[in-house]
Formats: sequence, C-alpha cells, structure tokens
Amino acid sequence: MGRFRYSYNFITGKWMLVTLAVILCLPVIIGISLGIRSADLLHDNGLIDLLFSSAWAPSKGEFGFLPFILSSLYVTIIAFVLAAPVCLLAAMYITQFSKPRMMKIMYPVADVMAGIPSVIYGMWGIIVIIPFVRDVLAPLFNVHTTGYSILSGGIVLAVMCIPYMLNMLIESFKTVPQGLRESALALGATHWQMVKHVVVRKSFPGILSAFGLGITKAFGETLAVMMVVGNVVQFSLNPFDPAYPLPALIANNFGEMMSIPMYDSALMFAALILLVVILIINLFFRYFIYRSKKIR
Amino acid sequence: MRHIKYTEQAFFKFLTGFACYSVIGILCLIISIIFIKGVGSLSWEMISQAPKGGYYYGGDGGVLNAILGSLYVAGGAVLIAIVLGAPAALFINSFLFRYKRLQNIIRYFLDALWGIPSIVYGAFGFTIMLYFGMNASLLAGIITVACLITPIMIRSFDEVLSTIPTGLHEAALSLGSTRTELAFKVIFKQGLPGFVTAILLAFGRGIGDAASVLFTAGYTDQLPSGLHEPAATLPLAIFFQLSSPIPEVRGRAYSAAAILTCIILAITLISRLLVNKYSKNNLK
Repeated sequence: MGRFRYSYNFITGKWMLVTLAVILCLPVIIGISLGIRSADLLHDNGLIDLLFSSAWAPSKGEFGFLPFILSSLYVTIIAFVLAAPVCLLAAMYITQFSKPRMMKIMYPVADVMAGIPSVIYGMWGIIVIIPFVRDVLAPLFNVHTTGYSILSGGIVLAVMCIPYMLNMLIESFKTVPQGLRESALALGATHWQMVKHVVVRKSFPGILSAFGLGITKAFGETLAVMMVVGNVVQFSLNPFDPAYPLPALIANNFGEMMSIPMYDSALMFAALILLVVILIINLFFRYFIYRSKKIR
Repeated sequence: MRHIKYTEQAFFKFLTGFACYSVIGILCLIISIIFIKGVGSLSWEMISQAPKGGYYYGGDGGVLNAILGSLYVAGGAVLIAIVLGAPAALFINSFLFRYKRLQNIIRYFLDALWGIPSIVYGAFGFTIMLYFGMNASLLAGIITVACLITPIMIRSFDEVLSTIPTGLHEAALSLGSTRTELAFKVIFKQGLPGFVTAILLAFGRGIGDAASVLFTAGYTDQLPSGLHEPAATLPLAIFFQLSSPIPEVRGRAYSAAAILTCIILAITLISRLLVNKYSKNNLK
C-alpha cells in the first residue's frame, strides 16, 4: 500500500510537471513552427525589405508589410486614445467616488463585455458605428466615406478593450493603501486632489501596464476590426479612409493562400510578427505588475 | 482658492461618473441592439434545423450545424484544457507552494501567454495541420482552441488556488499525505468553485472565438459527424451570413448572434453566481 502511494505520487507529480512545461513552452513552439513556415519568404526577400517595403503584389512575389503594419498601428492608436481616458475615469469613479455597490455592478458588466465574442462586436459595428461614421461624423468634417474606415475600426476596438483595461485599472487602484489616502485627506486635500496626487501616483506602474496590455489586446484583435475597417491595401493619414491591419490580412486570405507561391509563407510571417510584437510588449508591461507583486 | 478646489472636484466627480455610466450604457446598447435586431427572425426552426438547399438565398433551415459544431469544438477543447490545465495549476500550488518567487515567475509567463491573439493560434493550428497532412476538421479545431483556452483556464483556476492559506498545505503534509494527495484531495476540493468557474470561462472563450477556428475547423452545412470531418461554428456562421447581400440571410445572422449572446450571457452570469455562492463556504 505504502509503496503504491509513493509511486502514484511520483507518476502524477511528473505528469503535472510535464503539463506545466508544455504550456510554458507553447509560445516557443508556436514561434518556431511559424518561423519554419516563413523561412522561405525570409530567405528570398530579407527581413528589412519585408518590414519596410510597401509593394504588395503576391502574384509577382512582392511582399511589403509596411501598409499592414502602419494600418494596425493607426487603428490601435485610435482605439487607445478613445478607450484609455474613459477607462481611467471610470476606474477612478468606481474605486474612489462611488458606493461599494457600484463595484458589484461593474464586475459583471466588465465580465460580460469581455465575454462577448469579437464577431458580435463586429456586427454591432456594422449596424451602429458604420452608419454613425458615414452619416454623422463624416459630414461634420466634410468628407465622403462609406463608413468602412480606420475610425470605425478604432471605435469598435476601443469598446472591445475597455473591459480589460478597466479590470486591471480597478485592481491597481484597489491596492493603494487606505492609510495613504486618509493621510492625504487629513492634510486638507479634497477627494479629487487625493485621487490626483496620491492614488494616481501610487498606482502609476499599474496604470501603465493596464494601458500597455490594452494596446496589445487591440493590436491582435482580428474579426471585429476586419468587418468594419474596409480591407484596402493602402495607408493614408485620413482616418476616414479604409485600411488593412495585419490580423485581417491573415484571416481574409486563408482561402487562397495555397494557390499563390509563397503566399502561405507570407501569411505565417504576418502571424509571426504579431506574435513577437505582442509577446514582447506583454512581457514588458507584465513586468511592472510582477514587480509590484514581489514587493507586497 | 477654496472655490477652485471644490469646483474642480465637482467637475471631475461628474466626469468620472459620466465615464463609468457610459461604459454601462455601451454594454446595454450593444446587447439591446443585438436582441432587437435578432428577435425578428428568431424561430424554433433556426435552432432545430441544419441549413437546407437554397438556405443562403433565403431558403429554409437553421443554424443547428453551427450550434452543434461550436458546442463540440468548445466542449472538446475544454476537455483537453482540463487534462492539461488542472494538473498544471495544481502543480503550481502544491509542489511549488514553498517557492513564491518561482510561482510568480510562472504566473508572469502564463499571463503573457494569455495576451497572444487568437489569430496567431489559428495560424499555428494551420501549420500543425500542414505538418501532419490533415484537412480542416473538427479535431484540428479542437486542438487549436484547446491551445487558446488552456492558459486562460490555468490562470483563473490558479487565481482561486493561490488564495488558499498555506496553513492548510502544511496541515495536510504534516499528517503524512504525499504531494499528490495534497493536490487532488485537499487543494482541489478547496478550489472546486474556482475550477468550475475556470471551465465555464474557458468554454465561453472557446465558443465565441472565431479567428482560431477560421483556418482549422472549416465550414460545412452538414451536422458535424466525426472528428475528421469539418465542422461549422457559430461565430463563423454569423460572419459568413452577415456578408450576404440578401436581407433575410442577414436577419438570420442577427438572430444567430442573439443565440450566441444568450449562451455567453448565461455562462458569464452562472460563473459569477457560483463564485459568489461558494466562496462563502471556503476557508479564508
């Protein structure tokens, strides 16, 4: 009996270790397999050429990812500019100004918002945001647009990354010690001055990382953006023009990628770019959270 | 001077409140629009039948193929995620509970994994398919979605397990239990509500994700019949039907979206309830 118990312990312990190791190796495995697939393309075109050329003609063997990368960045920046202030202010209200009941309401709200699939956000974008951009915003600026534009993509993305940012901001505001807040109030600061000078400063790393992680979420989002952004290979600074972000490129062309030589390689390279960029940003900003946990 | 500081406070109190309520407003707007649009063509037929001939030109049928396909993909992926994820989470909290630093480093990497977008998992699944010479199939979809949801599952299970006081670990070990017994008989029991929540959360993510199954699970009008057959999924059904020029087909996309939203809402609310109900009984 005793021997059985220990051998059982040994086997299950090893199994648990193996599963954990597999999961932790997953990004490396993904990176390597995508890297092998895109090696042909890299060999033929060279990394610098691929990243900084804007000539996109797969049938002629020209793969310049610059318009896609810039489109992705542009959409992400618009989403960030729209979502970040709203999240920051809402998180302040929930943790500092409102009654504790509000927190109980906001958790399910953020849960549901995070749970709604991206295709539904995309559909909502087509129903609501696109007519709004076409009929309300565009006439304001005297531009003509179909509504399928960078701006629509940015708005939909902004809504999509609200729950992630909001959750992390609430968490980081909650960790500010009560004593610090009370001493600020005791020195005669108003509630808002306390928030501005104590809470924000104390949780600054948390705010930074929440924003950073929100950006990565927006950068990798696929379907919702693809449905509203127009998908035209070009790049212009006018937010009412359509664009073609990287994830949309991968998702849109999976059907024909086996028919054109090197096309599959190019799409896998696009996925590799996404993976590397997002992993690096993620690791960088998570480090702040990791540090703050270690101190506690 | 006095006045300025109080006016500033009143202004920002209003502004922050406005931001908070507008977030709630946006959610209500999204959900109400989906249901208003979706109710029109929602019928029993939608849920109980597969697409028939001429479905994409406004003919008879429903999206049963996609509903079943989604359930199979998400269900299978959750099974794999349980086999891989639960032991990993238990390992972090039973074998490594003395090594706080190592635990935090592992959590750090798991969190980073959580941020990888689903399209990358989709592309990864596709490279694996090419490597093994598989076609788009239910199995490939399940494997890809499992890769996507396992980190989520581990992290949310681990989040609950990490709140268990170490005194419990020490008590179990001092009574002579092995580490495995500690993991499965003590910690697992304590974290059971967290486990159920993690499953529900992972299931919700799996059922709603489109970008990862786009390459791997394929699309078909038949009901899913085997692991090696392609299978339709609900998000893709919505996506494809939305791009149709025929208003009736688009109407069906709206009602399919309403069905999907109902599933997600139910999963989210049930998991919230479970957390609130069972966290009271646990040791703190």
